[in-house]
Amino acid sequence: MEIIEFKNVSHREILHNISGYFRENKITTFIGPSGAGKTTCLKHINGLLSPDSGDVFYRGENIASADIISLRKKAGMAFQSAPMLAGTVYDNLNLPLKIFNKELNQGRAVKLLEMVDLDKSFLQRKINKLSGGEKSRVSLARTFVSKPEVLLLDEITSSLDYTLVRDIERLVKKLQQEHNLTVVWITHDLAQAERVSDDIWFLNQGELLLQGPIDSLYSSSNTIIQQFLRGER
Amino acid sequence: MGFQELLLSGIFVIIPLVIVVVLKLGLTKDILIASVRSIIQLLIVGMILTFVFDSDSIIYMLLMIIVMIAAASQNVIKKGVRIPGIKWIIILTLTVVEAVSMIIMLGFGIIDFIPQQIIPISGMLIGNCMVLSLLFVNKFTDELENSEEMIELILSFGGEPKDAVSRSLKSAIQTSMIPTIESQKTIGLVQLPGMMSGLIIGGAAPMEAVMYQLLILFLILTNATAASVMVGYLSYPKLFNSRLQYIGLKK
Repeated sequence: MEIIEFKNVSHREILHNISGYFRENKITTFIGPSGAGKTTCLKHINGLLSPDSGDVFYRGENIASADIISLRKKAGMAFQSAPMLAGTVYDNLNLPLKIFNKELNQGRAVKLLEMVDLDKSFLQRKINKLSGGEKSRVSLARTFVSKPEVLLLDEITSSLDYTLVRDIERLVKKLQQEHNLTVVWITHDLAQAERVSDDIWFLNQGELLLQGPIDSLYSSSNTIIQQFLRGER
Repeated sequence: MGFQELLLSGIFVIIPLVIVVVLKLGLTKDILIASVRSIIQLLIVGMILTFVFDSDSIIYMLLMIIVMIAAASQNVIKKGVRIPGIKWIIILTLTVVEAVSMIIMLGFGIIDFIPQQIIPISGMLIGNCMVLSLLFVNKFTDELENSEEMIELILSFGGEPKDAVSRSLKSAIQTSMIPTIESQKTIGLVQLPGMMSGLIIGGAAPMEAVMYQLLILFLILTNATAASVMVGYLSYPKLFNSRLQYIGLKK
């Protein structure tokens, strides 16, 4: 079943007439060369950007007329650089609630850490003492504070070494299955897309060249996709 | 002091010039330009002030204040050009701060409604607000450039623009206010403040000069707070649109 649908979405000079959909409870990866418009596309899902023309639908509702705050709570986003507040891990986990003048209770905070395979001793650790992998986990845990149904991941493993990348991939797949999440994951790494994807969107210069199961990538006759698969793009 | 004494004060331009030439510091041209400009600018201001004071006209007095606000605004606008709508924000802030300060001081009878008091005090207030606003827009622009992902992160949690920029805003307001607060902590210990020195040199009793200086200090503190907060709170909504999306600074 489709949960998000793009219909003829264009955005400035970055996206051109994108039409496609995301299946519920599946992992879809955005792949394609740099400058393809992947991040811009992702930000249209939680309304951080709006199309100049065309529409984005969330469960059939046009997000242009949806309550933007409740939409954003449903679609948690983890950014490439995992931006963090100076302070403790708890301060950062508490951030999504603090902006609504609420407090995350300690028990829930510990559960969030356990979800991402960190123990409760991390709660009072200073953010600047964490490794890249630990920061990525905290960033992931933070997206679960609002109990999202969609997870938007913008190259969250790009600065990690191979072992940590595989750990985070396993973690995201586990969380996706346990929480029945729909995941939209930007990656520049084809091997990662193969490991984690149910579906893929292949973007190039703002155009959606291919949408479908990961296997469809290899049967595509599109020259640009073939060049990308050969590592020439 | 007359023109003869002014000519003699030229010695204090010649001394640094000689030092700069001997040590080949390459600042000769700058010192000459700075000295000539300060002579011309201050003589013109002196003549204008003489004319305004002699005419005793409210219109000329208001015109001078408008010119001060325009010049100060122009300075800040140049630095804050990347903040959307900065032009009207600065003009409005300086005008409101000046108007409110004058209303309070005149209302309580602290100063008289005469150009000799209104113009110098306005100059000090507007000048100080200009420096504060410059510090604010510099810091705010830097903060915004470095926190784009944090701003979008907070928006992605469902936060409002105010939540998304609150850290950058607070930091810029603090940065702009700290010099004013710090300078007040040490005032009088190292050097006597300009206005007080001027009054004493002009023959006023030291305690009278102190009282005027304290009035200005407290006014400047109030204005520093008001100007920073006003510029900040008028600026940040322009960085977002009605769909709670971050538009950011102008390129």
